[in-house]
This record gives sequence, structure tokens and C-alpha cells, in this order.
Amino acid sequence: MADDLLKPDELLARTDHRPPATGWMDTPVNIRKGMYCYAANPKSVEYLSLPYARQWNPVEDDWKLPENWKQIIFEGIRDRLDRFRSFKIFMDICVRCGACADKCHFFIGTGDPKNMPVLRAELLRSIYRNDFTTAGKIFGKVAGARPMTAEVLKEWWYYFFQCTECRRCSVFCPYGIDTAEITIIARELLNLLGLNIDWIATPVANCFRTGNHLGIQPHAFKDMLEFFVDDLEEITGIRVEPSFNRKGADILFITPSGDVFADPGTYTCMGYMLLFHYLREKYGFDITWSTYASEGGNFGFFTSHETMKRLNSKMYAEAKRLGVKWILGGECGHMWRVIHQYMDTMNGPADFLEEPVSPITGTKFENARGTKMVHLSEFTADLIKHGKLELDPSRNDNLKVTFHDSCNPARGMGLLDEPRYVIKNVCKHFYEMPPNTIRENTFCCGSGSGLNAGENMELRLSGGLPRANAVKYVHEKHGVNMLACVCAIDRAVLPPLMDYWVPGVDVTGLTELVANALILPGEKERETNLRGEPLPGMEE
Amino acid sequence: MSLKELLKKKETAIVAQWFDRVVNTYQLDTSRFLKSQKDAFANPVGNTLLQGLKAVFDETTDRMDNETVISFLDPIIRIRALQDFSASKAVGFVFFLKEIIREQTAKETQGNAALQAEMLLFESKIDELALTAFDIYMQCREKVYEIKANEVRNRTFTAFHRAGLVADWEEEPRH
Ligand code: SF4
Ligand code: SF4
Repeated sequence: MADDLLKPDELLARTDHRPPATGWMDTPVNIRKGMYCYAANPKSVEYLSLPYARQWNPVEDDWKLPENWKQIIFEGIRDRLDRFRSFKIFMDICVRCGACADKCHFFIGTGDPKNMPVLRAELLRSIYRNDFTTAGKIFGKVAGARPMTAEVLKEWWYYFFQCTECRRCSVFCPYGIDTAEITIIARELLNLLGLNIDWIATPVANCFRTGNHLGIQPHAFKDMLEFFVDDLEEITGIRVEPSFNRKGADILFITPSGDVFADPGTYTCMGYMLLFHYLREKYGFDITWSTYASEGGNFGFFTSHETMKRLNSKMYAEAKRLGVKWILGGECGHMWRVIHQYMDTMNGPADFLEEPVSPITGTKFENARGTKMVHLSEFTADLIKHGKLELDPSRNDNLKVTFHDSCNPARGMGLLDEPRYVIKNVCKHFYEMPPNTIRENTFCCGSGSGLNAGENMELRLSGGLPRANAVKYVHEKHGVNMLACVCAIDRAVLPPLMDYWVPGVDVTGLTELVANALILPGEKERETNLRGEPLPGMEE
Repeated sequence: MSLKELLKKKETAIVAQWFDRVVNTYQLDTSRFLKSQKDAFANPVGNTLLQGLKAVFDETTDRMDNETVISFLDPIIRIRALQDFSASKAVGFVFFLKEIIREQTAKETQGNAALQAEMLLFESKIDELALTAFDIYMQCREKVYEIKANEVRNRTFTAFHRAGLVADWEEEPRH
């Protein structure tokens, strides 16, 4: 802060100071506190056998780069231009029409032009032009080219970790250019020099080692679910019996570990347990949890294609080991993007599994034919549609609910109507946010793609402004007090976002709402919801 | 004509100029966007500024009810407290209003002692506004730090850790 301190006579002059109108290439990067995440712990980088593990600090001048770093980047780009046709096309075809420019929540919230998707891509594209195109080699800056320098590298690191890979910009690009894919490649390149952030590298190392991002070991994972069993018994009078690592079960259930360890995801997790119990009692539904494949999330996706593949393969290895028919997936965001967009060509086809069919309704989930993995919202919507759940929505009468489309399920896999169908069947008061902020146009939470650390809170809160602003609107107009979502990162990051922008709005997963409304055979009269708060009409 | 009447008459021009000056504290590409995109949900910053500045101006020329002033200043400062501004820049936009009003009323106040006296009073209202803005700014910054410290995720993780449910790197057998 010291450099912010001005002499009194400078103060007023400076408040009116318009930032210099330099071109973006001449505007130096200023790595600002609150906007970046800490550098990766070298132990985690080493554990993953990723190169150049070392202590380094983003705000220090010397990033301790390997001597031949420019060569490594050059070869890294060349290699990826060969391997990913989409990358080559995205580098070539942008006409800089600007349609994407104001669609990024980070640009809208931070007001930093380098967060315009077109400029973000240009950070990398300018180097591509310089090194790989004739026009760039000859005309240089005139052709939008510039040579690679340490300054450019810092700019990459700063701004490619200010993109949540949410793909909102791609919806508006007439050429379908997906800046998220460019960010993914840029982060891969940064990883070639050991320049990851700790909030990604350490969860990935944990996941690789213990099966989940937090490094929770199998017995602890099981202990946690058993705590929930006790809680659920107190609330419903029913003792559920989750099964673990059971060979020969019909279905394997995989959800993000966030559901198991962090509020309010834990209530969603309790919801899963109640739902599965209900289905077993009523229809003989046969499902098992795994304490080894105990993570649906895949922070490898935010590191490199190879790391994503390694983490994803664990889920399928576990499905194979247990001999299940197919996999049911919980409420997660990027897990679904990985499954939907990459799994089939990456670790698939999962031929050892069967094409998923609901054992209760007989519905074939044809969209999951390749991956053999079905989204819980789809599965639940199908149960409701077939009248298989006995529900009392009045138990959610104290809630006025709106739904946040998480970027990955919404834009990444088109899961738009199923969650809404479920909510409308378990809650009586549902209100949509404005149309340009939901469904395919949804605004990101501002903390996705591994950016949900604590130290970059200014970035997260400003990036989350467009989302929060739309919530504020329904909060003020309709009294909305609950923001529902189907993503574990959302459940972790939306509460602080609401705390800053729209106090009075809480966050829930979908299955928590379902479980509150679900009438279990033999349950006692419920007095509280899964959070232990009195049900409507039960307040003292 | 009293100053109040004069300001009411010139309200549109004053608010427009104030908005312009605030928007110009952003980089060129950004200020262009803030001015041109009219959809409140596509452009929450521009919209919050426009609505807020107008309401604050109204209130300053009228009752100057503290609660109301805060309710309109808060959303603007809540945004600027996160963006790339020093504290003085984040709240200093309030003072733009002084200059703008002086400019806009220069002709009328010249040689008019009554108006000039009123103007002095009015300027002290703007000083009051600036102090309120600074309080809000501090509250926002404190909130950010509170959120950083209290994130539920961290709390839960700590609880896990305390219960010995998380393996530390140190426990890892050599490999
Ligand atoms: S993918 Fe999302 S975060 Fe990244 S540039 Fe596009 S809109 Fe912004
Ligand atoms: S919308 Fe597409 S073509 Fe237009 S500037 Fe953005 S990326 Fe380039």
C-alpha cells in the first residue's frame, strides 16, 4: 500500500487522473494483490512429476525461470499447434470484431481491458503471430505481433489465471472461438515452466495421491459420511446405510469431495444419502460409494490435458475394479465438462461398463452411451417425471429459490431444464434471474477453474459481480432467499459472494431441496430441515 | 432563484457530467463500454454508477437523508473498493461534483452574494458526502478481509485437520 500514499496536494489531482491511453501492448502488467493466487508449492509440482518445481514469488522480479525458457515456450506452442487443430484455428481466424469483448464477467467486474476475451487471447496470439506466421515475422507490431519477453510471460500468468474457462465469450463469437480453450493451452505452456498456482497444484497432487483434492484418506472419508448418518437419524428417525467400495454393486456414485467436507455442500451430500436410501427401500436400488475414487472434480483439467486424463482415469479404474454397470455422478461442475467433452476420446470408450439404464424407470440415458456416466439431476428429474418420488414441497415453503446455471453443466453439456424441473417439483416458489444471465448466457461464479483460493478474493468478488447483480435483482423484486446450484465449487464460493453483494441469500445444492421434500417410508414427523433449522410451521 | 432551484434545473447536465468524469477514471476501452451498454445486467458497473450518482445528487440537493445517501453510495463504492483504485481514487469521485457544480453555475453565481453563500453551504454537504463515502469504503475493505479470513471452506478444512483426518505431506513415506 505504501506506493498508494500521496502528498495532500497530489491527492485531489490524482483522483481525477485518467489512466493513460496506451495501446495494450505498451501497458505494462501490474501484479496486484488480491488478484492473483500464490505460486504452487514445489512439493506438489514435484509429486506430479511436472517440470521446474521451485519456490518462486509472482511479485518478485526474478521468477527463477530455466535458462532456455523461451525455447521451451516456443516448442510448447509448436507442439500444441500440431496436436490441437482447434488451437491453430483459434489462433488464425479471429477478426477482432469485438463481439466477445464485453461478455466476460472479469472484464465487466474488474474493468480491466485485458480481461476482454479478445485481448486475453491476443496475449498469446501476438506471440504466435511473431513466431509462427510470415506476416508477423515481417511486419511485427503492425501485424499484431510481438516478441516473447519476461514481461509477456508475467502478463500471461496474471491474465490466464484471471479466466475461469467458463466459455461465456464463445457463445457470442460468430466464429465459435473458445477463449477457454486458449486459456487451457496457455496454462499448459505455463506449466512447462513450473508456473502453476498452489490452489490447483496441491489439490491435483492430493487427488493423485489419496483420490480427492483435499487429501482426505479413505477412512476419514467414510468417517465423515458416518457422521452424516447420525445427523440424518436425528432429523428423520431413519438410519441410512451407505455402502462403500462394494464389489458387484449395480452403480458407482461419484461426487466432488467438497460435498463431503464443506458446508453447505455437506447438506447436499446428506441429501444424496437420503435419496439413495429411499430408492433402495422402495425399489431395491443398488449403489455404492468409493473411498478411493472419492473425487468427481478434476483440477487436472486446469493444469494440462495429461494431468486431467490421469485424474479422470481413476474413476473408471474404480468402476472397473468394483464391476459396476455404470456411474452416477453427483452435483459437480467441471467434472461434467471433463466427462462430456473429453472423457470419451481421452480414457474411453468405457466398454467394460453398460449403457446406463435407470433400474427404476427403465429410461435409457442415451446421451451417456459413450461415457457411461449419468448426472444426478437428470436421474432425479426422470424419477419425478415417472412419479417415483413421494414429495412434500411445502417443507421448502420458507424458501424463495432461484437457480444459478453453473457454467460447465449449462454451457459445457446443455443441462438446463432438468435442474429447473426438479426444483419446481420440490419447491413452490421459484423465480428466474434475467434471461441474459442464465442458461447458455449464465454468468460465472467468478471462482471456477481452480481460482477459488482465498488470497485472490478481490478478483473473485469482482468477477462474481454480474452473477451477484442478477441475484440481487430477484432478491429485491421477489424476496429470493436461496440460490440453488448443481456445482460443488459454486456451493463453496457463492456464500462469500452473497455475503459481499447480497446479504440474506443462502446457497444450496439441488438434492438438499429434494431430500427435504422427500417423504421416507417410516420416517418420524420431521421438525427440521437437513440444516437443523425448523421447518415452516414448526418454528416455536 | 435559489441554488436548489438552479441545481434542479441543471440536474440532467450535472449528473451526465459527473457520470462521465467517474467513468473516465477507467481505461479508455472500459469507459467506452461503461457508457454505451445500457442493459443493467450486461453492465452492472455502468448502471450502478448512473442510477447511484443521480440518486445521490437528488438527495444532496434535497433532504440529505443519511440512510438514503448510504443506500446509493454503497453499491458504487462496493464495486470500486475491489477494483484497481487506491482508497483516494475509489472515493475521490465525490469531489468531482464540486467542480462540476461550480462550472455549471458560474454564470448565475457571479456577483450574486446570496447564491455564493448557499454554494458554500452546499459544498460542505459534498464534504460530508465524501466522509460518508470513506466510511463505506472502509466497511467494504473490512468485509473483504473478513471474508478472506472466514471462508467456510477454510474453516471446515481446519476442523478436518484438527480431527487428524487429513494427511500432511510430512507423513508421506519416502518414495
Ligand atoms: S472463458 Fe469465461 S473467463 Fe475466460 S475469457 Fe471467456 S468469458 Fe472470460
Ligand atoms: S467474437 Fe470471436 S472473432 Fe470476434 S473478437 Fe471475439 S474471438 Fe475474435
